[in-house]
Formats: sequence, C-alpha cells, structure tokens
Amino acid sequence: MRGQEHEWTDLMRSANAGDVTAYHRLLSAITPVLRASARRGLLRAGQSPDQSEDIVQETLLAVHLKRHTWDANAPFAPWLFTIARNKLIDALRRRGRRVFVDIDDFTDVLPGEEAPEVTNGVDIEAHLKTLPQRQRDVLQSISVDGLSITETAKKFEMKEGAVRVALHRGLSTLAARARKDLI
Amino acid sequence: MKTDDLIASLVADHPSRMQPVWLWLLAGICAALPLSAVLFMVSLGPRPDIATAIYNPFFDLKFLVTLALASSAAALSLHLSRPNASLHGWMWLLALPVGLLGIGIVADFAVPQRVNWEGRLVGSNSMACMSSIPLFSAPFLIATLLMLRKGATSHPMLLGALAGLMSAGLGATLYASHCADDSPLFVATWYTLAAAFVTLIGAMAGRRVLRF
Repeated sequence: MRGQEHEWTDLMRSANAGDVTAYHRLLSAITPVLRASARRGLLRAGQSPDQSEDIVQETLLAVHLKRHTWDANAPFAPWLFTIARNKLIDALRRRGRRVFVDIDDFTDVLPGEEAPEVTNGVDIEAHLKTLPQRQRDVLQSISVDGLSITETAKKFEMKEGAVRVALHRGLSTLAARARKDLI
Repeated sequence: MKTDDLIASLVADHPSRMQPVWLWLLAGICAALPLSAVLFMVSLGPRPDIATAIYNPFFDLKFLVTLALASSAAALSLHLSRPNASLHGWMWLLALPVGLLGIGIVADFAVPQRVNWEGRLVGSNSMACMSSIPLFSAPFLIATLLMLRKGATSHPMLLGALAGLMSAGLGATLYASHCADDSPLFVATWYTLAAAFVTLIGAMAGRRVLRF
C-alpha cells in the first residue's frame, strides 16, 4: 500500500512536468481506491453504496481542477484522501444528514476486499445536459465518443484552441453545478 | 457517465494547468488597490500634516500593525488554500500584529502625553474609522475572496475570515494615513472593531463561496 502511494506521488510529479500518460495512469490507479473508500464511507453512514460512483467522479473532477494546490514536495495520498473525504461528506450532506467521517476510511484498502461492480455516475451526466451547447458537445465528444482534441475540432469545425477552452470551461462548470446542489 | 470516459476528458484537459494560488491572490490585490485608493482619495485623502506625521513613531506604528495583519493573514490564507493543510503552528502568525500593538500600548503609557488615556482611546475620529475601514476594505475583500476560490480549502468559513482580516489590514493601511488619532489605544479599539466587522462579513461570504 505504501509502495502504491509512493508511485502516485511520482506519477503526479511526472504529470506536473507535462507527462500526459503519467496523468492518465495516475487517475486510473486512484479510481478503484476512491471507489472502495466511497462505498465504505456510504455503508458506514448507513447509506446505500449505489451512489458511490458519483462521489468517485466528483472527487476526480476536484482532483483535476485543484491539482495545482498539491504541494509537489509532499506525498500525494494525504492530499487526495482529504478531497475524497470532503466529497463524501458533501454527498451525505446533500441527503440532509449531519455526518462524521472517519479519515481512516480513506487511508487504506482492506486486503481481500471484493472489487465492487462498477456502475455509471448519474449526477455528472445530469449536469452535462445543462451545460451550454458548445461545452456539452465538446465534452461529450471527448469523453463519451472518445475523440481527441484534434478530431473534435474537425468534427465541429472549431479551432483546437477553442475546443480546449470549451473543454476546460465545461469541466469547471460541471464542478460548479455539483457544488450548487449543496446549497 | 462512465468514470473512464470522465477520466479521458480530464486527461485531454491536462495541458490547461492553473497558476498557483499566491499568484492569483497577488493579482487580485493589485487589481483592487487602485479602486480602494481612488475611493480613499475622493472621500478622505491623507491628513494635511502627513509630511511631519511620518516622524511620529506612533503614526508609523499604525502602518506596521495594519501591514503585519494583512501579511500574516495572507500567509495563513495561502497555507489554508491546500485541502489537507493543518492549522497547527500557523495561527501564531496572527500574534504578530497583536504583539506589535501591545508593544505600542506599553510605549503609549510610558511616554508623557498631553491627553489622558481615556481621551486617547476615544479619539476624535472613531465613527469615520469604523465606517471608512470597511469601505476601503470592500474592494480587497471581493478580490481576495474571488481569487481564493482558485484554491481548495477544507475550511471555507475560516479562510473567508482570513480574507476579511487581510482586506481589513489593507483597507486600514489606507485609512491610517488620514486618521489623526495615532494612539495605539485608539487603534486597538476602533481599528479592531472595524476589522472584526470585515472579518465577520468575510467569514459569512467564505462559507458560501469558498467551497470547492
């Protein structure tokens, strides 16, 4: 487990240096751990774990948009788990519950824990529908259809720079919508 | 949406890296400064005897205290902009302006004065002080709150309060050059009340706008 956390720190450092592959590997590596801790947190709060994928996705979105707040001289895992914990608390609060979450839920994966069946997130999907047309088109093309920036630019007859801007704005808006649900 | 699809879009967006929060905060303060300065110049302006006042150590101490407040609150708020920041060993920074003011009060009693201490405390400008400091702080508060949104704090209310303290320190720095009351007793009373008000506004706003 500790070895894995060192690996995350190294991957995030490489990602910060511009290595996109390292960034992809990092996000893929943390996802199952986030999923397990979200399920565990929901179960502990007496909630059904079927909401866990939404928490995973919101956490990933926050990790992405706030990655400049990670101190590159510190290990990555504590930073990650704080965000994950905040997102779990937000999700539980949204259900109108006062909650206390144990940070230990996030610090390790229990050995032999069964990998849960992966479900789709519904919240982000729903927020996606409310985005401005351009942002929604670009985001859908890159995420769901799996096209590259270049391919997306061709498809919508946009400049690549405009696609990048729409993508970034779209992701920021998704995060803002998720936050709005809270208030 | 499938999580793998979301990851694909995050990876595609990776080149759009954000600047560090301190840079945003600095930019925000630089943007708010001319606005507050104009507000100050058209409403009050510096006191007429400022050229001689700068030789009065009690006049200078006001700036030392307000700038110490602004910088320690700025350092703390940048620290708190990381989600897993711990507060241990950091809050003492706020003791810096308080300590400076404390030294000033001791000195204020130590030197001979023309006015008794009650008179120095009440001063002649308390109402102007209470209304002007929040006014000149407002542009700073809006700018710092907006810029601190670029960070990711786990303590939105506390961070908002710190933005309030920082803004009050900056607004009070402007006001101090107008204010004819130089006694640290006056500063400790009225500046503090005005700063507390701005801090309260900051905390209430921060609770809403600094969630991430």
